[in-house]
Order: sequence, then structure tokens, then C-alpha cells
Amino acid sequence: MKLIQKAAGKSPWIIHYDCNSCNGCDIEILASLTPIYDAERFGVVNVGNPKHADILIVSGSVNYRSRRVLENIWREMPGPKVVIAVGACACTGGIFSDCYNIIGGVDKVLPVDIYVPGCAPKPEAILDAVVRATEKLVHKREELAARQAEHVAKLRAKDPKGGRNAEKQ
Amino acid sequence: MINIITIIITVLFAPLAGAVITGVDRRITARFQSRIGPPVLQPIYDVLKLLGKERVAVNAMQIIYVIGSLVFAILSLLLFVLRSDYLILVFVLAFSTVSLIVGATSVRSPYSKIGAQREIIQILAYEPVIILMVVGMYLVTGSFNIGSIAEHEGCLFAQLPLVFVAFCYVLTIKLRKSPFDYSTSHHGHQELIKGLTTEFSGLQLALIEITHWYEAVLFIGMLSLFFAHPLWLGILIALGVYFCEIILDNVCARTTWQWMLRFTVVLGFSLAMTNIIWLYLKY
Ligand code: SF4
Repeated sequence: MKLIQKAAGKSPWIIHYDCNSCNGCDIEILASLTPIYDAERFGVVNVGNPKHADILIVSGSVNYRSRRVLENIWREMPGPKVVIAVGACACTGGIFSDCYNIIGGVDKVLPVDIYVPGCAPKPEAILDAVVRATEKLVHKREELAARQAEHVAKLRAKDPKGGRNAEKQ
Repeated sequence: MINIITIIITVLFAPLAGAVITGVDRRITARFQSRIGPPVLQPIYDVLKLLGKERVAVNAMQIIYVIGSLVFAILSLLLFVLRSDYLILVFVLAFSTVSLIVGATSVRSPYSKIGAQREIIQILAYEPVIILMVVGMYLVTGSFNIGSIAEHEGCLFAQLPLVFVAFCYVLTIKLRKSPFDYSTSHHGHQELIKGLTTEFSGLQLALIEITHWYEAVLFIGMLSLFFAHPLWLGILIALGVYFCEIILDNVCARTTWQWMLRFTVVLGFSLAMTNIIWLYLKY
């Protein structure tokens, strides 16, 4: 159990979604995965599949079109999961915030855990955010485990004989 | 009694060895790309993390197919270390892959389905070559029993050089390495997301990963059978072949399945067949 807890922060698999960005932030995100910065040192893999991902990196402000996709990706990710907003646009809407089609920053739609300000932020800053996200992941994993234990206990209390079934649920 | 101890040791330590092989693989790949790369134990971290994820399943049957795939992979490795029948091993190993394919087609995701279909085509390509390898070993040693094959006097490689080359080639397909990584891609942001494994997450993906570890160990064993005297030499050569696979993985772009099918039939099949006809004429 301890090991699983520890490992939660050791292999942050990321998925990157470009909401409505000018592509500046995306280039920096991809730059942080290149050999110069080598994000795989920390176990980072850009999986491109929400079902495998732990960290959702969003660049660009949210508009009425991308909102649905963003929420969908987030819902498909199994917990524990962390959302990182990269760039001024993703944090607050940035330079586009007054546009008629913009809802605002990512936090208008999803619970953002880490903000990376800058237009565009340096790859170092993005890497730093990912490393901080790993700490969050460990924390969230603990919460999840506690919640699951509580749930099992509750089901046990309701039906003492159905212990195995309870664990499954 | 000895058998039981062998079984326990294999089941416990083979995945560890497989994990280290995979970890070294990732590390070497990183070095090729002039990166530092993840820690060698990274695959173990990955699996532990996946075990701790929320359980999300598309349908209730998915997990059964994944477990089936794992169990058949373990079974085929056990058949190998217990020196059982080689033909049975090949079929059990095929079951392992088929189970995964059924699991991948049990969901409605198109990516998963495409991955599964490509995997079926892969089986179509490599399975005959593997069976020809077993037949070749039978022609040389007069037995399908792995024990007798391993104890055969003289080097099997000397009799089956072309079969060995064909098997190495087929192994690239079986390990899903580039240029043949089109049933489940290493890089999930291409046409196929993650192919076969797209719809598996958490526990299921962890089990698939463990299945790969068992398979890696099994393939090292199958390769070393060609040089069974002494065994350490065989294992060294097998690891060398694995290293070549890693190099190939890094220098190749992905091909299309049509190309793979044609190439395997022409090259793999004819290499193995030539060798066997030669053996047949000799004896
Ligand atoms: S923060 Fe700057 S670089 Fe990033 S998407 Fe917005 S405008 Fe582009």
C-alpha cells in the first residue's frame, strides 16, 4: 500500500490539450519534452490518451466550443488527477479574455491545481509545474484511498455479510 | 517438489526481470536520443501507480480478458521453464494474444478495434514463422520437447541459422517495436492513440504491462534455446538480440500493415522455409 502511495508521484503521465491557444504555449510544452529538458527523467510520458493520463495540461483560454471537449477529457481521466493551466490564457483568459467567444481561464470550467503564468512560460517553469503536480498526485492518491476505505466501511455497516461485494463496489 | 519451487521462482521473479529489461530498454532508448532517461525501475513505478488509480471499466468483461491474457502468458513461460512441449507453448502464447484482442474488441472505441484488427494481422504474419521454427527444431533434435531440445548436443544455431534470423525478425513484430508498432503505438498522439490498449486503464493496464514483462522473459528464453550450451552464452546472445531490437526500434519509422504482411511472408517465411528444406534434404 505504501509503495503504491509512493509510486503515485513517480510516473506522471500527461495529456496535453490545446483549448484555444495561439500555439505559443504548446510549443513550449512540447519543448519541455525534448531531449534538452528531458521530462522523462521524472517518468513523464506524453500518453495522448485521457484514460491513461494523470496530469491534464491545458494551454489557451476556454471558449464555448472547446469547453465540451475539455470537460470530456477531464471526465475520462481516472483519478487521482491534476490539472495544470499553462500560460496567461489558460490562467485567466489572457490577451483574449475580452473576446466575445471566450469563457475565460480553465478554472472557469475545471478545478485547476497549478497555474503556470507567462506568455509563453519557459519550459523550465512547465517542468517545475509537472514536478509539483507529482506531489499533488501523491496527496490526491491518499485522499482517494481514504475515500475508498470509507465507502467500503459504509457498505460493510449496511450489509455485514457482503464484505467482498462491498470491496468490489 | 523441484517443479513447485521452479514454478514459484518463475512466477515471482520473471516479472521483476522483465521489468528491469523494459526499464533498461527505456534507458537505452533515452541515451540514443541523448537524454538521461527515466530510472531503471520506472516500469515498476508505472505499474504500481496504475494499480493505485481509480477503477474505471468500459464493461465488466474487459478485466476477464486481460486476466486471461496474463494467465496464458504466465502459463506459457511455465511450460518453458518446466521443459514441456514446444508446440503447446506456441499455442498457449497465441491464446494470450487472442485474449487481449477479444478484450480490445469488446469495447466500442474505433481506436481499440483498429488496434485489435492490426494485431490479428500480425498474428497471421508471425505465427507461421514461429511454428516453422518449432518444426525446424524438431527436424534437428527429433523432439518437440523443450527439455530434449535444450539438451541436444551441438549448437542449434549451426543447423538453423536462417530460422534464427527469421525468428529475430518476427520478434520485432511480437514485441510491437518500431517499425511494427502499429497495433499499440508507443507514442499515443498519432493516428491510433494507443491502439489495442486505448480503452484499458488503471488495474487493467497494469496487468497488460505485467503480461509484457513475462513475455519479454519468455522471448529471451526462446532465443537462448538456439545456443543452449552453455546456457549463459545463450542468454547473453539473446540479450544482444534484444539490444539490436532496441536499436531498430529507434531508427525505424512505422510501416503499414500491408508492407509488414508482404515482407514477413516473403522474407520471414521464405528464410525459415529455405532452412527447413535444407535440413530435410540433409537428413
Ligand atoms: S499565454 Fe501567450 S503564448 Fe500562451 S496561448 Fe496565450 S497568447 Fe499564446
